[in-house]
Amino acid sequence: MAKVLMKGNEAMALAAIKAGCEAFYGYPITPQNELPEYMSKHMHKHGRVFVQSESEVAAINMVYGAAGAGARVMTSSSSPGIALKQEGISYMAGAELPAVIINVMRGGPGLGGIQPSQADYKQITRGGGNGDYYLYSLAPESLQEAVDLIKESFDIADYFRNPVMIAVDGLIGQMMEPVDFENEVPKWDLEPKTWAADGNRKNREKNIINSLFLDPQVLEDHNLKLKKKYDEMKQNHQRYEMINMENADIAIVAFGSTSRIARTSIELLKEQGVNCGIIRPITIYPFPRKAFEELPKTVKELLVVEMSLGQMVDDVRIVNEGKLPIHFYGRCGGIVPEAEEIANKVLEIVGGK
Amino acid sequence: MPNTKTVYKRSEGLAKVPTSYCPGCTHGIIHKLVAESLVELDVLDRAIGISSVGCSALNYDFFSCDMQQAAHGRAPAVATGIKRVRPNAIIFTYQGDGDLASIGIAEAIHAAHRGENITIVFVNNAIYGMTGGQMAPTTLLGQKTTTSPDGRDASMGLPLRISEMMATIPGATFIQRVSVHNPQHVNRAKKALKKAFQIQKDNKGFSLIEFISTCPVNWGMTPKDAVDWAVDNMIPYYPLGVFKDKTAEEIKND
Repeated sequence: MAKVLMKGNEAMALAAIKAGCEAFYGYPITPQNELPEYMSKHMHKHGRVFVQSESEVAAINMVYGAAGAGARVMTSSSSPGIALKQEGISYMAGAELPAVIINVMRGGPGLGGIQPSQADYKQITRGGGNGDYYLYSLAPESLQEAVDLIKESFDIADYFRNPVMIAVDGLIGQMMEPVDFENEVPKWDLEPKTWAADGNRKNREKNIINSLFLDPQVLEDHNLKLKKKYDEMKQNHQRYEMINMENADIAIVAFGSTSRIARTSIELLKEQGVNCGIIRPITIYPFPRKAFEELPKTVKELLVVEMSLGQMVDDVRIVNEGKLPIHFYGRCGGIVPEAEEIANKVLEIVGGK
Repeated sequence: MPNTKTVYKRSEGLAKVPTSYCPGCTHGIIHKLVAESLVELDVLDRAIGISSVGCSALNYDFFSCDMQQAAHGRAPAVATGIKRVRPNAIIFTYQGDGDLASIGIAEAIHAAHRGENITIVFVNNAIYGMTGGQMAPTTLLGQKTTTSPDGRDASMGLPLRISEMMATIPGATFIQRVSVHNPQHVNRAKKALKKAFQIQKDNKGFSLIEFISTCPVNWGMTPKDAVDWAVDNMIPYYPLGVFKDKTAEEIKND
C-alpha cells in the first residue's frame, strides 16, 4: 500500500487500531495529545472503546481492568503522566497483564518542559513502580519503525503477559513522515486468554486477577516466575541495529531520535576521514548486551549520546565490562542535539588520542 | 429423612472458604447480601467483582464469581475499564471508607460523573480497619482512633457524608444508605442492593449502596456494643435512606 503522510502521534494511534487495540484510556498531556484525540475520533467507528479518564492514575487502572478482562488495551502519556501511571504499571506486571503504553517523552524533572527529551530512560528501564519487575521497552527512531513496533507490541505484551512500553520522544510524536501501515510485522505464537476475569464463568472455574500474595514463600515463587520472563526477554529478545560498524574506530551508542541525528553525524565524520559506527538499541529493556559483544576489534572508544544527562551510560558501563573508554555527550531540557555537535564531540575524542 | 426442607444455606455466590473477618464485623453479612443478590438476579456467571485495599482486600477468594483485585482507591476506575470492554458483565466494586472516601474519592466521583453502569458497594465503619484503626474521612467527631488519640476534632475535618455528596452528581442513577444492625435492616439493605444490581442489569447506570458497618476490634467494643454504637452514633450523623433515584424520577415524570 502507498505511504501516508501523518503526524507521529496520529500514526501511532492508527497503528494501534490496526493491531486490534480494543480500548484506549487516556488523559491529556503535551506533547502526546494528538494520540488520544485521534483515538476519540476513530475508536468508536471501529466499535471500540475510548474513555478520557479523570487522571493518569485512573487511566492506567482502567487499562488494568480491561486487560484483566482479556481485552487488547492501550494508554499513552508523557513523562510526568507516566510517573503517575507507575502504580498501575507495577500492579499490571504483578498480576501478569498485557498492555501497550506509549510514552512521548518530555523534559523533567517535575513539570519540566514540553519539548523532546529522553530523560525517562531510568523511569522506563528500572521498573519505575514498586517491586521486582521490568517492561519490555521499545525505542523506535522513525515513524515507520514506531508504527511497525506498535503493531507488533500488542502481540509481545500478550506473549509475555506483561506491559510493553513504547519509548519515543516529543520529536517523534510531533513530526510528520510518510508511513506504510501495511508493512508485515512478526506474528507471535499466542495462547487464548483462559486466565481472563471476563465475566464468562459458565463453563469454567472462576478467574482471579491479583497481585497480592501475603505468604512470603508464595510471593517469592511468584517473583521467580516473573523473573523467568525477564530472563527470556534478555536471552532471546534483545533488539538493536549496528550502523556503519565495519572498520569503525569509534561507536556512538544512541537510541530514538538521537540515533537518527547521529546517522547524519557519521556522514559528516566520513568527510573528515573518521570512521564512526552507531550501536542503536531498539530495546532499551532488555538492554542489547549482544551488540557490544559483536563490536569489531577496530572500535577503540564508545560515545553515548542522549537527550538527557546520561541515563543510559550505566547500562553501557555494565555491558562494556571495562573494555573500552566510555564518553558521553548529551543535551537536555528539551534541546535536541545537532548532528555537528555530535560529530565535533567524536572529533574531540578521536583527535585527542 | 422425609419432610425436610432447606430453609437456609450458604449462597452459591460465596466460595466455600472461611473469611478473614474479625468476629462481630458486618462484612460477612454484606458479602452474603451481595452474593444472594447476584444469584437471585441470575447474573452470578457474568459477574465480576473488584476487591479493593482494606479489610476486604482478600474477598477475591470469598465470592465465587470472577474477581479482580484493585490498587487502593482505584476500584471504580478498574470497574470502568472492564465494563467498557465487557458491557454484558455485571460489575461491582467492594470498597471501605478509607478506600473510597479518602484515597479513591476522585475515582468514585468520576465513575458516577460518567454514569458508568456499575454498582459500588461502599462499607462505612468510620475507621481504617486493616491497618489498625486509624482515622478515616468518615470518623465521627470525638471518636478516638490510633491517629486521633484524643478524639477527632473539627481541625481534622468534619466527617464526610458520601451518599449525600454522590447524590449531587448528575451522572449518578441510584444512591442509598442502609444499615445491617438488625434483621429488618438486613432485609432492607438487600432490597436496596438488588435494586442497584437490577438498575445495572437494565443498563440504567451508576449505583452506590452505602452500608453503615461496625469495627468492634478497632472501636474497642464487643460486637453487641459496636452494633449499639453504630445505631446511637453513626445513623444519626449518617441518616439512612434513598438520596437519589433517577428511576423513580422517571416514573414520576411519566
